[in-house]
Amino acid sequence: MTSAFRVVGLLALAAMALVPVLPLGAAQEYIWHVIIQIFLWSFVGNAWSLMGRFGLVSLGHGAFLGVGAYATVLLWNFFGMTPWLGVVLSVLLTVALALVISYPCSRFRVVGHYFALVTLAVGEVVRLWIVAERDWTGGSLGVSLKTAGTASGLWTLQFADKRVFYYIGLAAWLFGLWVWWRVDRSMARSAMEAIGEDETAAASVGIRVTRFKMGITALSAALTALGGALLALYLAYTNPDTLSGIGVSLRIVFAVVLGGMYSLLGPFVGTALTIALSEYLRISFGIKLIGIAETIYGLLLIIFIIFLPAGIYGSIRDALFRRRWARPQPS
Amino acid sequence: MIEPIFILEAVVNGILLGGVLALLALGLNLIFGVIDIVWIAYVDLVALCMYAVYFLVTLYGWPLWLAGLGAIGVGAGLGVLVHLLIITPILSSPPINQLLATGGLLFFIQSVATLLWSTDHRSVRVSLPTIEVGGIFISFSRLIAFGLSVLAMIALYLFLKRTYTGTAIRAVSQDREAIALMGARPQRLYIVTSAVGGAMAGVAGALLIIQYAVHPYFGGAFGPLTFMICVLGGLGNMVGAFFAAFIMAQVISVGGVLVSTEMGYVIAFVIFIVLMFVRPGGIFARRG
Amino acid sequence: MLELSRVTAGYGAFTALWDVSLRVNQGEAVAVVGPNGAGKTTLLRAISGLIAPRAGRVTFEGTELAGHPAFDIVAHGIAHVPEGRRLFPQLTVAENLKMGAFLPAARAHFHDNLERVYALFPVLAERSAQRAGSLSGGEQQMLAVGRALMSRPKLILFDEPSMGLAPVMVLRLFDLIRRVRAEGYTILVVEQNVRQVLKLVDRAYLLEVGRIKMEGRAADLAEQDFVRQAYVGL
Repeated sequence: MTSAFRVVGLLALAAMALVPVLPLGAAQEYIWHVIIQIFLWSFVGNAWSLMGRFGLVSLGHGAFLGVGAYATVLLWNFFGMTPWLGVVLSVLLTVALALVISYPCSRFRVVGHYFALVTLAVGEVVRLWIVAERDWTGGSLGVSLKTAGTASGLWTLQFADKRVFYYIGLAAWLFGLWVWWRVDRSMARSAMEAIGEDETAAASVGIRVTRFKMGITALSAALTALGGALLALYLAYTNPDTLSGIGVSLRIVFAVVLGGMYSLLGPFVGTALTIALSEYLRISFGIKLIGIAETIYGLLLIIFIIFLPAGIYGSIRDALFRRRWARPQPS
Repeated sequence: MIEPIFILEAVVNGILLGGVLALLALGLNLIFGVIDIVWIAYVDLVALCMYAVYFLVTLYGWPLWLAGLGAIGVGAGLGVLVHLLIITPILSSPPINQLLATGGLLFFIQSVATLLWSTDHRSVRVSLPTIEVGGIFISFSRLIAFGLSVLAMIALYLFLKRTYTGTAIRAVSQDREAIALMGARPQRLYIVTSAVGGAMAGVAGALLIIQYAVHPYFGGAFGPLTFMICVLGGLGNMVGAFFAAFIMAQVISVGGVLVSTEMGYVIAFVIFIVLMFVRPGGIFARRG
Repeated sequence: MLELSRVTAGYGAFTALWDVSLRVNQGEAVAVVGPNGAGKTTLLRAISGLIAPRAGRVTFEGTELAGHPAFDIVAHGIAHVPEGRRLFPQLTVAENLKMGAFLPAARAHFHDNLERVYALFPVLAERSAQRAGSLSGGEQQMLAVGRALMSRPKLILFDEPSMGLAPVMVLRLFDLIRRVRAEGYTILVVEQNVRQVLKLVDRAYLLEVGRIKMEGRAADLAEQDFVRQAYVGL
């Protein structure tokens, strides 16, 4: 069973790696574009689920995404700093932010609804701050990445060819899966699951609650910031609503919950489906009926949450394997 | 240096804003306190009620006060619909799914509004004078909104305190099984709660439309603020939410005058986050 | 008045009650005694509708009530004083009593009933504005009983009324129940404190691992060697 799985997985991976060299005709640029987005947003979703699966439901990942994206773009635009360094700095900045929030949250047991709403506030603070600092950030209009012109290439991480970003996206996604897998097999997972179930009990058997929570939050924030930076570099543009704020935070969480947050591939399945769905609706309705695509999207989200609470991938997997791998969900 | 009179004016405006914010927070907190679910889309329901007033006035020529009453009915109806269609199936789901289902509703309402009514900003124009008291200019419509919010809150208080159903609504959140032993139907109490919460959204919508223009993303402006107020006051704690609303309104109003509008909000949110750490259960939580 | 025939009930896959039949006549006080985990609480919950019996019939004054929801059963005149009292701790004493009179039929007589309850338990009148959660254990038990009386019941179910009370309070509590009985209410009480409860009631049933093992007049049952050794400790 497992080896058959491995073969299928490797084949799928090979197919993904081959997409850019396939002749896809006129639509190829568009198809690459959609897949790159799926890779990058799945990566972000995976980062979110590192916390979400342990009951740390953050509605403020838009903040981490936004800091990562804006810091990278602004460092390049204003100081000409190579994104290689800019990404590192923006990730560090985001981790610092995450720790500042996570320490008191973990220390004072801000959990459940309260944690969700505190993180939501953090997301709003970052979004409003970005809007308020309009001299730098362009306010709600957003900011474009200054083009590198002839300096395009590896140093500036700007490429005329979308295929380069395709492989960057693929690599990022695989890296995210690897991190998830490592966490899944580590001691941290058992510790975090114990904490998620009963903090007092976990603390009483010697688990260092604050440290584990801060650690997983920092890791999640760092990956999210990296995702934000990559998205900003790829799109060469960022604005407070596409890469920050509640809407973005909710979309990340939706995709993950839709796919299934307790499984490795859940975030990918959820992200692929939501992006495919919104692209499909966008193309079918185009500009004829503005809002219809989002209307159907919102409706489907509600229906999915009500009828498939374990997520699509999670439900299918559970059905196939009779819940053999199913993890207990926090009640 | 900003003249003290402007700060005083900001304080007065903050109090007036606080009344409407308190109304929003009370409606949301009532639902949370009783049903234990945060309606992420609560302020979007308020926006729908604002649209209701707008169309009743502009399209059907209703007088404003009647349209306001209509909005209360619309709000109550929407509250019941949301409860029956979305909340009832997920009452025992994990909290995250409950948050997300109402979050999906947020997307849905915003996009339906865009679809039906475009992204135009719409307002009901009421030509009410601005009154001057000792050099401070106060908009009359804000004053009315404040007065009516206070009335609505008193009505809610009396309902919860004096009537059998209101007392049962407070009781069901403490012990769902015991209230059934008293002969009350928990399901029905939830529906009444949702209707009352929705009606509060209707009142708030009617009072907001005379001050602000409504558009599909109106909820984004007041939604997060309303959650912060509820958390700050203590989720489910009505008295706490009431005071928290006035505190937040002051910060936003005075901060807005001293720095800038956005920074007023940023300061309010930062204060919120800091206070959450000092008093995780809300500023008015009982210790121990 | 109340008749259970072959009632089976439980939670999920677990069956706590097997084929239980019992009867309570008008004006009678009946006890169900038995050890921890015998299914006593399940029995009362099945009568008052907090759980639906899987099989069997629950008839009250000729009406079949099995499977009816709790809010409907109390309307038929069965009040349940649940295990652990289950007051509304954030509400005041007066508000708790008001909730006891939630039924429309009871609301009409709210003031009369309140007077009777206050006469029976004067301490509740003194503390009417206090939050129920701040009362002592004994006062809370009085409030729970008073709240049940507010619905003008014909039959009152008591679930382990002496639980969590100091020994001296237990004696006072049984005295209170005796007074409630003297008011003319029919009573079905479930207790572990066998010695005390057998002094209070007319008849008793012995419940063990979900089945009725014995039944009889309270005095006779107290004389049974088995019961004496196992429960009464004489």
